[in-house]
Parts: sequence; C-alpha cells; structure tokens
Amino acid sequence: MSNPDILRENVADPYAGERLKLSHFHERQAALNLRDAWSSWNGFKFADYYYDVDYEYFCIRNTCGTYDICPMQKYLIEGADALAMLDRMVTRDLNKLRINRVTYVAWCNDSGRMIDDGTIFRLGESKFLLTCGSPCLAWLRKSALGFNRLSIVEHTEALAALSLQGPTSFAVLKAMGLEATSALKPFDIGHYPFAEGEIMISRTGFTGDLGYELWIEPNLALTLWDCLYEAGANYGIQPYGEAATNMARLEAGFIMPYMEFNEALKTVNFEYDQTPLELDLAWLVDFKKPHFNGRRALLEQHKTGPKTLLTKLNIEGNKPAEEALLYSDHDCGDEIGYVTSAMWSPSVKANIALAMINVEALSGDIWTEIYYQKELRHHRKVARCTVQKKAFWGPERAKVTPPSLT
Amino acid sequence: MSTTDTIVIGGGHNGLICATLLAKAGQQVVLVEASETLGGLAGQREFYTGFNASVAQTLYALPKAIIDALDLPRHGFVPSVDAIATTALSLSEPPVRLTSSHISGACETDTAAFADYKKQLVTFSKALAPFWSKTMPRIGAAGLKDVLTFGQMGFNIRTMGKADMLEFFRVATLPMRDLVDEHFSGESLKAALCWDGLLGSQLAPRSPNQGVLTLLNRMAGHWQGEHSVPTGGMKNFLSALTSAATAAGVTIKTGTPVAQIVITPSEQGQHCSGVQLENGEVLTSERVVSSADPKTTFLDLVGPRHLEIEFSNRIRRLRSKGYVAKLHLALSALPKFTGLDSPSGRLILAPSMDTIEFAWDAAKYGELPDQPVMDVCLPTLTAPDNAPTGQHILSANVMYIPGELKGGWTDAARDNLTTQLISQLDSYAPGIKNLVLGSELLTPHDLEQQFRVAGGHWHHVEPAIDQLLMMRPTYEAAQYATPIEGLYICGSGSHPAGDISGNPGRNAAREILS
Repeated sequence: MSNPDILRENVADPYAGERLKLSHFHERQAALNLRDAWSSWNGFKFADYYYDVDYEYFCIRNTCGTYDICPMQKYLIEGADALAMLDRMVTRDLNKLRINRVTYVAWCNDSGRMIDDGTIFRLGESKFLLTCGSPCLAWLRKSALGFNRLSIVEHTEALAALSLQGPTSFAVLKAMGLEATSALKPFDIGHYPFAEGEIMISRTGFTGDLGYELWIEPNLALTLWDCLYEAGANYGIQPYGEAATNMARLEAGFIMPYMEFNEALKTVNFEYDQTPLELDLAWLVDFKKPHFNGRRALLEQHKTGPKTLLTKLNIEGNKPAEEALLYSDHDCGDEIGYVTSAMWSPSVKANIALAMINVEALSGDIWTEIYYQKELRHHRKVARCTVQKKAFWGPERAKVTPPSLT
Repeated sequence: MSTTDTIVIGGGHNGLICATLLAKAGQQVVLVEASETLGGLAGQREFYTGFNASVAQTLYALPKAIIDALDLPRHGFVPSVDAIATTALSLSEPPVRLTSSHISGACETDTAAFADYKKQLVTFSKALAPFWSKTMPRIGAAGLKDVLTFGQMGFNIRTMGKADMLEFFRVATLPMRDLVDEHFSGESLKAALCWDGLLGSQLAPRSPNQGVLTLLNRMAGHWQGEHSVPTGGMKNFLSALTSAATAAGVTIKTGTPVAQIVITPSEQGQHCSGVQLENGEVLTSERVVSSADPKTTFLDLVGPRHLEIEFSNRIRRLRSKGYVAKLHLALSALPKFTGLDSPSGRLILAPSMDTIEFAWDAAKYGELPDQPVMDVCLPTLTAPDNAPTGQHILSANVMYIPGELKGGWTDAARDNLTTQLISQLDSYAPGIKNLVLGSELLTPHDLEQQFRVAGGHWHHVEPAIDQLLMMRPTYEAAQYATPIEGLYICGSGSHPAGDISGNPGRNAAREILS
C-alpha cells in the first residue's frame, strides 16, 4: 500500500476503515504499553504484552493484573424464547442456570464438532449475555430460526469489560469501596453503584486463580481504570496482555481456539475440528437433555468413546515441547498424538503441556520429540511424558468465599 | 388413547400410496387430510356449479409397478389404452400434432428428425428409470446397497452403448433449448418439445441445470412420458387409490388438519409420538409419515427447535417457489380451435421458445408476462360427467405466474389475468370468450393457501440438481427417514420428485418396512 495522502496533514485518513479499533481502555493502556507490543483481536488493537511477559505473568500469580476483554464478543439475547434457544444451542443444561450466575458453555455444529466455547450470564428471567472469543452472530441467527420471541443484539462495543485477576484482586476491589463483592462465589454476578452509574462484577476469569470480570458502560471505562489503578497501586496491579494470559490459562488447563481446537465453522479439512468429548469437556455435555445441537453425533461418539483425547502432560526436563509430536516409543517410530500447548511453568515448577493423544495409547509409554535451540544451534531431545489428571494450577484461594486479601 | 402403527399426514396420491402399502404389509394406518377431499393437487373439486376439475389434469409419470403394487385396476382404475396427443399451436404456423411415435404438420426435416430424437430420449430414460424407484445412497455411506445403486446406474448407462453413453453425458444437463435446437427448426414444435422439461419448475428453455433430466424422469412412467387421462378422468384414478387404501385397512380422516407433529423428549433423546390436530386432539402412533412438503413438515409441524441448526436452515433455504397457475373455465359448449377438428389431447399455446423465455423473464422479477404460455386440456372430452351434458371444462396450466406478485394478488390483479388469458385463448379459439360461464384462477399463492403446499410448487421442492437424488430435499432426510426417530417423509419433496408418479410414497413405504 502506498498512498501519498497518508503523509499529508489535514487530509482524511484514506485507510480509516482498515485501522484497528481502539478499546474503551485504550488511552490508559497505550500509555502503559512501554514496548508498543500490539497485535489484534477481533479488529481491536490489542496488547501482546505491555512491559515484559514474565513480569506480567508473575503479577497474575502473585499480585494482580488487568486484561482487556473489550474485544471479546458479547451478545445480549433477550425474550421469552431466549432460554429455549440458547439451551438448544449449547451442550449444557441452561435450565439449571440461576439469575445472576455465569456458566461456561460450548456449542457444536450438527456433527458435534465444536464451534466455540464461551460464557453465558443469566441477567434476568429471560435475559442472557453470551461472551465468546470469535464473532458468532451469524450462528446465533441461524440458531434462532423458529424462536420468534427473542432479540439478539450485538453488544460488544456497548460494554467496556476488564478482567482483574490474581490473589490481590479482591483487595483492590475492597480498596475501591467494592467490599460487597466479598459475597460473590465463583460464577456469581453482582451489581454495584459506581461513580454516577453502575458496575456489574462477575467472579470469573481465564487464569484459574481468584479473579473478577468488570462490566461497565463505556463512558465510565476510564473512571473505572483510574480507580482500579489508584486502589491497586499498593497491590502490584499491572496490565497484562495475550502472552501472559496464554501462560496462565495453560496452567489452569483451559483450552484456547487455534491452539487446542479449530473452530468447526472455519475448518476446511475433514474432522480437523474437535468434539467436546475429544477436548476432555465431557462434563460440559449433558446427554440427559433430550435435544441440543450435535447431540446425536456426540452420543454416537460417547458410546464408543472418542478416539483422541486432550490430555495434560508432565514432561521430563525443562525444554517446552512446543509443536512437538508424541510417540509410544523412544525411537519415535509410532506416532500417537501431538502437543497443542506447552510451557515451563514457573508456578508449578514443571514442564507442562496439553496434548491430543490417541486414547488407546494413553495407557502405554508416551514420549515426545522436542526440538530446541541454544545460541542458534538446534538440538533434539526425546523426553518421557506422564499423564496428569488434575489441573496443573488450582489454588484453594480461587474457590474460597469470602476471598482472601492476598 | 389407542396407539396406531403409523399416522400418514396428507391424503395426496403419495400419502395414499404410502399408507396403502404400509397397511397391506400389516400395519395399522391412520391417514389424516386437512381438506374435505382426498387427492391434493390431483383431487377433484367443484369450481363452478356442476363443473368438477382437478389441478393435475393428466397422468404421465405413474409407473406400472405402483399400479400393480396397489392392484389399482381391481379398484376400478381404468388406465387409458392410448396416450393423448400433444398439439403445438401457433397463430403463425399450422398446428403440429405429436404422439409417441408419430408427428404430423411439421416440415419435412423436422418430421424426419422426430423418430430418432424420440428413440434416443427413450433409451436414456429407460437407463435412468430404475433409479427413480430406489432409495438414494446416504452421503458418506459405503454399504453394499449404496454401492450397488451407483453400480446399477453406471451399468445401465454403460450398456446403452458407447455412442449413446457419451451422448447421454453430453445432454443430461443441457438447457432444453440447446437440445431441441440441435434437432428441429419449427418454432412452435420446439416450444412444445421443451414443455415437459420445464413445466412446474423454475426453468425456461435457456436455463441450464436439469431440464433434460426432468424430461427423462417424466418419461420413466408407464407411458414413457406420454400424457394420458384415465377413462372417467382423474377422479377415476383417485377413487381407485382411495378404494385401495380403504380395502387395505387404512383409516382415512378428511377435514382433519394437523397442528403439529408431537415430539416427545426424554433422557434417551427425542422421538416422534404422533400428531396433534388443530382441534387439540392428540393421535398417538409408533411413527408419523408426512407427505406434506419439507418446509411445512419440518418448519411448521415439527418446529426448528426440535431439529438441528444446520439441518433446519437447509430446509429454510430450500427453493420452493412455484410458477404455474391453473385456469379452469366452465364452457357452455365445445370450443373450436383454429386448424383443429377437435381440441382433443393436450394443446400447447406457446408460439416459440422465446415466448416461453420472455414469460419467465417477467415472472422472475415478480411481474406478469405480457404473453403467458399454457398447456390446455378439455378433460370433459374423456370424462363428460364432470360437467353438465353438452358443456365442457377447459383446464390450463399457465406459465410463468409468480406467487409473489409485485403489488400483491389483489382481486383486480386476478380478474385482469383471467381476462387476459381468456382473450389469449380467444385468439386461438375464436368465440370461446362467449362460451365462458364461470372461471377459477389458482395462482401459486392460491395453491399454497388452499392445498397447503409451501410456495405453491408442484414438486414441493424445486427439482434442481442441488435438490435432487441424495440431496432431496436435503441430506440427512434423503432416505425418507428424518433426523427425528419415528418421523418419515414421503411427499414430492423426496426422491425422485414430483408429478403424479407415486415414487416418493412407494419408496418411503419400502424404507419403513425394510
């Protein structure tokens, strides 16, 4: 692209429509993005990191940090048919979801392949907020065929949303005058007066630790930021970006699109997408529900059991097994799977990974072939892997109510 | 509350055929029909005092195997021995008369070309014929039955001989116009030869896709595509079907519209357990077979909430707009068409393929053609008791008439079109307008309203290549079973498609019994 107009002053930006959108918190976040490490998410300018990935990661684990979820997609689904429509779309039983509660959900195409995961907030008897990583308005509209008494409103830019995660997150809220949030149990929603308006706070997040997500009207976004950072000054508050999030979520065992799963509606190759059962999300699939999208296909798979399963691995050594293949033998002759995400976990002090493995190979030896680099020289290492059942990271403080201050 | 084996929704010919075959196999069958009369578009109604007619006016696609399976002759069906002739009429050329083997009135070269043209189409049609009576293979399935079905198709085409086989592949998806242009020169003759490839679909002579296939499908019937009228008229066929159904033990309930197909949820999933009538009554059964069109069946009677999201949206997207209107005239005497001794058989009033094409051009933008084209039949010539003695009925299929007319189907729009059609007929049969005692115009919109057919489409679902064979009406419902346990479909929207062939009804019954 070369357009000389762009260099001139007082000329309308010829690429205005192509520019990344700015989050409601951009002004403050830009000031703190010392490394100008921007990437994008859903068309928004979005920080990969602000200062240092490891520093931000340690804030999440030891103090607290804020993560911008303005680019996360949000949809308001409201009306007499809203519950029935969403309940048919997702694999979980939403009839069990009480008002002011949040639930983690997945939804599939007719063949039971996962389109996306997200959370549903029940805001009223027939009012729901759906959040997810990728745009899904088209799918919501298709899902709404035959459900006439509802409205679906794209709500992404109508809400400013910020995730506040880490052991001191409650202490910061308390210091801001939001001590009432102490009553929130995990997945609870509360509404509190804030400035000249109201703030909605849910005890949710993507780090596996104590944390909250804060939802507010856009014109109060910067006020919220300033209050948070003023209150958080002594609690180690720090903005963190995509890179630190990715570390924290892996320790918590949470899946990521285009790491653990390929969104079904965007998958070209046959069965290169995954089912929730393959992603170890069987607990999300409620076969007692008479009908939900993908049920028939998933039931078929449930009867025989999935052929591959997303598995947590502990790997010997300290070299992250990124993009590595898995074998049943040390000679790497019999391929049995692949690593989807891997890292050295500073908190767990372990070399951890999520991997998609052939179920029949799970009971045998698992080896991985790791390639790593030391000062430009490439090395290969075959390391033994051990299957781990529990999440790598899941501190008690994430669940305790009222939450601790540290 | 007693439970029957099967409830069949819809008393059109497919519903009746399916119900009868199931009952003959020992099932307890209840057939529910919304209107007071059976037969659907083939059912006879009084449109003017003393004058009775049906929308479907001739038989041509009904296979002998179905006539035999239902033992229809024993129930009074008297198939006509002779096919009726088709006459191409034009104001500028002499009439051309066509029978299965004979052509008269055409120029010398066209006359010479006719026999070979006909022979080749019959060869193709025979090769395809077994396919219409088979259940299509399931996409992705590779069972022996599926492979054999494909195998037989290949074998039939291969054994036509190399020259015919290559020609078949060349012409199978040609526009009708290209096919007839290759063989003939007479304008009205070419228009008439196009006709059966186009009638009832969203196709004009120049449309690519499946005009030739449609023609070949229609030629696979008992009379190789020749039209016939049973002795006594269409009502003879219907009364034989009804008698066969009753004799087989089918309980027929007319005037019994269905409000919804009952889907019962349980921890084992959903299954179809019967129907709820519009009067609130619930009839329970092991299974339900719907001969209604797929949109009505799935979107209205079942409801998308019981279906999967991609499946229900594929049903929503089905192309099902009809473009054929029906005109019935009650005439005080037999009309006299210029150049014809008697208006017997089928008269095609389409002077050229361009006239047909232009009529489609208008209709596809929601407008009425300046010069509609039509095929005309006087059913009272073979069934005089459908009208008072000495008086006649003229029944015309008029193309192309949009169901969604710009400005809507007001009374004025309807009256104007009727007047226009009568005046057009009057130029072919001078004086006919003075014979008109009464008339009925059924636009596709009316067919939708009165016969409960989505879009008023003759074939329920446009028989286009993407909505045919294992894609009809869409995959996962193309083998008569549906994604809902206990629910089947058997109407024209199922393989192999519409017309009075009975194939969908017969094939569905075979699947249910297998």
